[in-house]
Amino acid sequence: MIFSIVVQASPVQNQGAETALRFARAVLAAGHSIHRIFFYRDGVQNGSALSCTPQDELNIPQQWQALAKQHQLDLVVCIAAAVRRGVINEQEATRYKREQWNLNDAFELSGLGQLVEACIQSDRVVTFGGRS
Amino acid sequence: MVLHTLNQAPANAACMASALAAMTAQDTLLLIEDGVYWTLPTFASQLANIPGSVVALAPDLQARGLTSDAIESVDDAGFVALCVSHDKVVSWF
Repeated sequence: MIFSIVVQASPVQNQGAETALRFARAVLAAGHSIHRIFFYRDGVQNGSALSCTPQDELNIPQQWQALAKQHQLDLVVCIAAAVRRGVINEQEATRYKREQWNLNDAFELSGLGQLVEACIQSDRVVTFGGRS
Repeated sequence: MVLHTLNQAPANAACMASALAAMTAQDTLLLIEDGVYWTLPTFASQLANIPGSVVALAPDLQARGLTSDAIESVDDAGFVALCVSHDKVVSWF
């Protein structure tokens, strides 16, 4: 079965991102495929390359990167939600005249169309939310 | 058949009320994250009237030191299996 996962929770404020990570691993372990993982609202913080987690805690952004690398996952960060929260790549840094950028290479910025496409292509779409 | 996930503690009763209003007898409610606090004995009477079945996510119960004898629990693989056995998944948060 083809799954897509929507992450609306930041990696620090709620448990949602961690649950999504565990769920993604369980989906792959069961032999299903993941078409896309879409990060939306505060979930875009999962794409930051600059978050520094205490060493005895799970670094969730880093775990997403490792999982994506291992399974060639498509990690898409909603561009409108991301730029307003200061999660940008080099291209957006140029566009908005910023001197730094922080989106990790494992993630790509794109629009809500990618979420719609994921809903069409997938047998199941599962959302992990967090209250902000 | 819809799988509903709910991650809000009983302190946010409105979230549970919304989920229940959307449930039918064929649906399943999966309690995850702080939603597993609904398995505490004090809320048992409220869960008894839910249309459909109620399940709790085992790792989240374990993380909070809860055991649910009255309510069935599933691990992460069981969560995936519930997604497969239901037509769609609705998340309440």
